[in-house]
Amino acid sequence: MLEISGITQIFGGVTALDTVSFSIAKGDITGVIGPNGAGKTTLFNIITGIYRQTAGTVQLEGKDVTGFPPERLARLAMVRTFQNIELFGTMTVLENVMVGMHTKSSSGLLACALKMPWSISEERRIREGAMKWLEFTGICDLADHTAGSLPFGKGRLLEIARALAVGPRIILMDEPAAGLNSQETLALSLLIKRIRDLGITIVLVEHDMELVMDICDRIVVLNLGRKLKEGTPREIQESPEVIAAYLGDDD
Amino acid sequence: MKQNLLLFTGFSILIMFAPQLLSGGYLMNVLVFVGINTMLAIALNLLLGYAGQISLGHAGFFGLGAYLSGILTTAYRFNPWVAMPVAAVVVGCMAGMIGFPILKLKGHYLAMATLGLGIIIFIVFNETVELTGGPSGLSGIPNLQLAGISFDSDVKNYYLIWGFTLAVMLFSLNLANSRIGRALRAVHDSEVAAQVLGVNARLLKVQIFAMSAVISSLAGSLYAHTMTFISPASFGFNFSIELLTMVVIGGLGSVYGSFLGAALLTLLPEILRGANDYDIIIYGGLLIVMVMFMPGGLVRGIPALYRKVIKQKGETGHA
Repeated sequence: MLEISGITQIFGGVTALDTVSFSIAKGDITGVIGPNGAGKTTLFNIITGIYRQTAGTVQLEGKDVTGFPPERLARLAMVRTFQNIELFGTMTVLENVMVGMHTKSSSGLLACALKMPWSISEERRIREGAMKWLEFTGICDLADHTAGSLPFGKGRLLEIARALAVGPRIILMDEPAAGLNSQETLALSLLIKRIRDLGITIVLVEHDMELVMDICDRIVVLNLGRKLKEGTPREIQESPEVIAAYLGDDD
Repeated sequence: MKQNLLLFTGFSILIMFAPQLLSGGYLMNVLVFVGINTMLAIALNLLLGYAGQISLGHAGFFGLGAYLSGILTTAYRFNPWVAMPVAAVVVGCMAGMIGFPILKLKGHYLAMATLGLGIIIFIVFNETVELTGGPSGLSGIPNLQLAGISFDSDVKNYYLIWGFTLAVMLFSLNLANSRIGRALRAVHDSEVAAQVLGVNARLLKVQIFAMSAVISSLAGSLYAHTMTFISPASFGFNFSIELLTMVVIGGLGSVYGSFLGAALLTLLPEILRGANDYDIIIYGGLLIVMVMFMPGGLVRGIPALYRKVIKQKGETGHA
């Protein structure tokens, strides 16, 4: 599904990522973990076209997408969420999700402004599609609220609903459980499993180990910009290198 | 949706019957200007209020529309109805081409670039004397004619201008509530999130910049054909700032706000004429007070003030 090979990122004199390679299988939930400063978010920013890497390639479903801007990746059915949720704060919850339908609609500026018949029927389709995703994430009742006024947990659900509206085949989530209480985290893990059941491949960066071990099929561990280990949750938990990286080596 | 349509219909009826309620040729003339300024404020608001991109050069696009219409109809004997769309298309294409490089800039840098653009256009109007008549202006621009009616009086011009203004308002209201309008607001709120969802922010900004220039050009053509005389002084930097003030005072991201801002800033100098030399001080003072106490603009400030007054009345009633 997603092939990352030899990704290297150098900021000034600092090597944030050093030839990181791994691949993600279709339909899996893959966790990317590692101590602070391991380069997880940098890696996400490179995969999703927000940063341009120093070296290395990204392949999506066999197609080389290295250096593609985010809007092109969205059209290739790859979408992401952010660690500090990036909502459209002045717009309503429903409108936020409707923006997610952007690539699934095509009326141009003039067609919209002149209310052409096809743009009216498209608008109806966008609204219905957006409502469907609000139902899926369970925030239908908030549809007319301003997104900026949502509590953090609901905002996170909205960001996921909005990403799903794009119709992704792969979704990357940057610390989806950050800032959530234990109840919300539990609900999130169920939601992520339901998203996987839709056939969507999921990659997540996460610090909540309980969540990661519970839902991930595979885990990639990064440390100091290098890939330290890759495997099933059990293999990772039993790996001495990983334990050393997290807890420190006492040789 | 229904509410929007009702509001627009009500507004249109009010505009249609305003000449019957108000008397005096001079007032009609001022209301013609309110219409033209409303179009311009809406054009700038699409860019600033929705897409979040500033322009300090919009008077330039307004002027280009006016001069292209003026030159095409006087020197080249174009029919005004042909000259208007030709001017609009030329200005739109120009804005699109300029927009691609300069909309890469953000914030203050974009303000500087558009400011420079406006100044360059202004200098061209002044210096290309054989074409534009230079500082002394271009006269003898024909009035528009439709089915034997020549739009040469204030009342006729009122209906002409407001017909176009209402069309521009409806156009913009539709746009604002469409996928394009939502994408613009999304880019304004979080550009990176909009891009991740598949919105081509760069292209969208250029498109709206060009559309905004087209509306400004149209307003310019209408201005030229109703005034029959134009000179560079009307299209300088000052006017760009005045347009910006209309948008901010009226309310960012609101089509009706643009009307309120345009109406206030056009009528205020006329109302203050009685205050002689103090008019400019009162004018400036009022603007400062309004920005301080109505940061959301008139369109949000007036309803808030109204609610406050009602509440206060209710409280004193109980006491």
